[in-house]
Amino acid sequence: MASALLRLQGVSKSFGGLAAVQGVSLALPAGCLGALIGPNGAGKTTLFALASGFLRPDAGSIAFDGEEIAGAPPHLNARRGMTRTFQLVQPFAAQTVRENIAVGAHLHCAGRREALAQAQAVAQRIGLSSQLDKPAGELTVAGRKRLELARALATRPRLLLLDEVLAGLNPQEVGEMVPVLREIAAGGVTVLMIEHVMQAVMHLAQHVWVLAQGRLIASGTPAEVTRDPAVIEAYLGHGTARRLAG
Amino acid sequence: MFEPGILFAAVLNGLTTGAVYALVALGLTLIYGVLHIINFAHGAALMMALYGVYFLKQSLGLDPYLALLPMVAVMFAAGYAIQRGIVNRASHGKDENILLVTLGLAIVLENVALLAFKSDTRTIDTPYTLATVAIGPAAIAVPKVVAFFGALVAAAVLLWIVRRTDLGRAIRAVAKEKHGARLVGIDVDHVYAMSFGIGLGCLGAAACFLLPAYYVNPQVGNGFVLVAFTIVVLGGMGSFGGALAGGLLVGVVESLGGLWFGESLGQVGIFLLFIAVLLFRPLGLFGARA
Amino acid sequence: MQIAAFAAAVLLLALTARSGVVLNLAMMALYGALMAIAWNLLGGYGGQFSFGHALFFGTGAYVQAIAQLQAGLSPWIALPLAIAAAAAVGLFFGALSFRYGLRGSYFALVTLAFAEVFRILALSVPFTGAGVGLMVPLKEGAANMQFADRRGYIALVLALVVAGLLVTSWLRHSRFGAWLQAVRDNEDAARAVGVDPLRVKLGAIGLSGALMGAAGAFYVQVFQYIDPGLAYGPHTSIEALVAAIVGGLGTLWGPVIGAVALHLLADLTRNLFGALPGINMIIYGTVLILIVMFAPRGLLGLGRSVRSLWAGARGSTSAAAAPQEQVHG
Repeated sequence: MASALLRLQGVSKSFGGLAAVQGVSLALPAGCLGALIGPNGAGKTTLFALASGFLRPDAGSIAFDGEEIAGAPPHLNARRGMTRTFQLVQPFAAQTVRENIAVGAHLHCAGRREALAQAQAVAQRIGLSSQLDKPAGELTVAGRKRLELARALATRPRLLLLDEVLAGLNPQEVGEMVPVLREIAAGGVTVLMIEHVMQAVMHLAQHVWVLAQGRLIASGTPAEVTRDPAVIEAYLGHGTARRLAG
Repeated sequence: MFEPGILFAAVLNGLTTGAVYALVALGLTLIYGVLHIINFAHGAALMMALYGVYFLKQSLGLDPYLALLPMVAVMFAAGYAIQRGIVNRASHGKDENILLVTLGLAIVLENVALLAFKSDTRTIDTPYTLATVAIGPAAIAVPKVVAFFGALVAAAVLLWIVRRTDLGRAIRAVAKEKHGARLVGIDVDHVYAMSFGIGLGCLGAAACFLLPAYYVNPQVGNGFVLVAFTIVVLGGMGSFGGALAGGLLVGVVESLGGLWFGESLGQVGIFLLFIAVLLFRPLGLFGARA
Repeated sequence: MQIAAFAAAVLLLALTARSGVVLNLAMMALYGALMAIAWNLLGGYGGQFSFGHALFFGTGAYVQAIAQLQAGLSPWIALPLAIAAAAAVGLFFGALSFRYGLRGSYFALVTLAFAEVFRILALSVPFTGAGVGLMVPLKEGAANMQFADRRGYIALVLALVVAGLLVTSWLRHSRFGAWLQAVRDNEDAARAVGVDPLRVKLGAIGLSGALMGAAGAFYVQVFQYIDPGLAYGPHTSIEALVAAIVGGLGTLWGPVIGAVALHLLADLTRNLFGALPGINMIIYGTVLILIVMFAPRGLLGLGRSVRSLWAGARGSTSAAAAPQEQVHG
C-alpha cells in the first residue's frame, strides 16, 4: 500500500465552547483521490484549514510526507506541496485570469514571462483559455471555480485539497469538471476533496471519509460508505444509498 | 513622593477629564460598532462642536449647559447628513474608501477652522469658570464636576437608547448582521445615518461639558481623537462598558502621568499605550467584539 | 520606453522654461510625485494604507541634516544614508505592525501614532535641534548638493523620480510584485498558493520608506532647514497619500499625474485667493473626498473609463467580451 502522504492523528479543534473537530484520524495514501463528505457543519472545512495551516490544532498531529506540519503557516505548506482551495472562491478580482493563475505558477518559477506562459498552459488544461485576459471578477461561478482550481494546479502540488470545487455548478458543468479532476489525479497529484455532489464522489473517489459533528464516523470505498447505516443516519439521505446500490 | 492630597486631587481631576473622554469615545464606539468604520473625522467634529458652543456663548450669550439641547440636535443632524450624503456614497463597498473619506473630512474641517478662526486659542468666561467645590482635601473646579456628572448622564442616555428603544434594537441588529436586518425590513442606510448622527450628537454634549473648563483652537481635536481611539481599542472595539471604563482609566492615568512626567511626555505615553494595545491586544482589555 | 520619454520631456521643459515660477512649480510637482510614488508602492500595490508616511520622510530629512552637521559628511554620502535609515525605520515598524497582523484601519492608525510619537520625540531631543530644528548652512555648489539654479534641483529630483518609476515598473513585472498584489487582493488566497505575506509586505514598506526618505533628504537640500513639525507632521503624510489616490492607486503614472494635478490646482488657488493659511489642505481634503466618492480609481481610472466609453460608442470590437451564460448554482 502506498505510504500516507497526509496523516492526521487525533486532531481536535474547538472554538470557544464549540468542538468543531474532535479526535479525527485519517491517512491519505499518495496517489489516492479521496473524498471527505458529511452533513453541513460537520467540520470538513475546519479540517482543511487545520491541515493546510490556516488554523492550529488544539491537539493531535498532522504529518505531510512524514514531516510534522501542525501549526506550520500555509505558505510553507504550499511550498512543501500542499495547496488548498476555498469553499467560497477567493479570486484576485481585479487581476486577469492569466495573472491569477500566474501567482500560483510563481511558486516554482521566478521569471514573470515564464509564469505567465505556465498560466496559459494550465488554463488550457482546465478549459479557461478563452478567458485568460478577463478580470477574474467578471467570471461566472463556474469560471471562478475553474480559476480557483487552475491557480492551485499551477503550484504543481503533490496534494490538492479541494473544498467543494463543484458546489454551485449545474449538472452540465459538473459533468465537464469531473474528467478534469480525474485527469489531474491520473497525473499523479494526490487529491482530497470535500464534496456534496454525490455523483462526483461516487465516480471519482477511491476512498471516502465521512465526518459528522466533528467526528469521523466512517471510512471506506464509496460503495461501503454509502451503505453504512451510521452514514445514512447522519445524512438522513435514505434515497441516496438505495439509488446508488442499484 | 506626592502628598496624598495632591494625588487625590489628581485622581479626581483625572476622573472628570476621563468622563468627557469616555463620552467622546462612546460616540466613536457606536460608530465603529455599527458601521464598522473608524471615524477619522471624530476629533475634527468635536473641534467644530466646541467652536459652536463658543460662538453660541459669545454672540447669543447662551450658557454652554443651556446649549446642550441645540448642540446635540445640530451635531446629530450634521452627522446624519454627512453619513448619508458623503460617507455612504463614498464607500463603494470598500472599507478603505471610508477610511479615506473620513480622513478627508477631518482635513477639510480642521483647515476650514484654521482659515475662519485663525489658530488662536479661545476660552469662554462664565460665572462658574473659576469656582471650585471642595471634595475632601481637594478643590475641584465646578465645570469639571458638572462635566463628570453630565458625561455620565449622557452615557446613560446613550445606553438607554441602544438597549431600550426600537431604534436601539435596530442598531444592534444592523451591527450584528446587516443583511439579516435588511431582510426583516430594517432600513439599514437610515440606521447607519442615525448611528453616525448619535455618535456626533455625543460630541455636541461633550463639547458643552468640555468648553467651560477647557479651550478651543483648530488643533484641539487631534489631541482628543487619538485618546478616543486609544480608549475605544483599549475598551474593546464596540463595547460601551469598555469605552466608559477605558475613558475613566485613561483620564486618571494621564493625570497621574502628568504629575510625574510632565505634559508632553504624558502625551507620548498615551500614544505608546495606544500602539501597544493595537499590537498586543486589538480586542482590548475587555475583549468585546462589535 | 515611457519613463525615458517622460524624463526627456521634463529635461526639455527645464532647459527651455524661462520663468522661475514654472521651474519652481516643476520642481515641487516632481517632489510631490516622488512622495506619491513612494506611498503608492505600499498603498497602491501593497494595499496597506499608511496615514503616517511622514515617519520615513522625517527620518530621511533628519539623517540628511545630521550627517552633514554633526558628522561633516558630504550631502552626496548623506543621501544614501538617509535613504537607508528611512528604509530601516520602515522595516522595523513594518515588522512590528505586520507581525501582529495589523491591517486596514488598524494599520493606518498605528502609522499615524508612530509619526506623532516621532514628532514629539524630535521636539524633546537635543540632537534633532528640538523645537528649533536644524539648519544646513548655505553653500552653493554641485558638490554640496545645493544649486543656485532651480534646474539643478530639478535634475536631482527627476533622477529620484525616475528611480521610483523604475522600481514601480520592476514591481509590475516581477514575481515580488505579483506576490505583493496577490496579498493585497486576497491575503488568504495568496497564502494558500505559497506567498509569504510578511516578507512581501516588509519588502514593500522598505522600498516605500526608502523613496520617502529620499524625498525628505531632498527637502533638506532645497530648504536647508528641518524641524519636527515639517519632518513628522501630518502635512507630508497627507500630501503623499492624496496625490497617489487622486492620480490612481496601483498604477505607474497615477502618482505623477496626481502630484502634478494637485500642485497645479494649489497654484491656481494661490493665484485666485492669495496665500491663505490652510487653503492647500482644504483643497487636498476636498479633492480626496470627491475622488473617493466619484472616481475611486483616480484620474487615471477616469481616463480609462472615458477611453473605453469612447471606444464603445464608436462600436469598437476590442471592448466586446465573449458571450457568457449567467448560470446560477
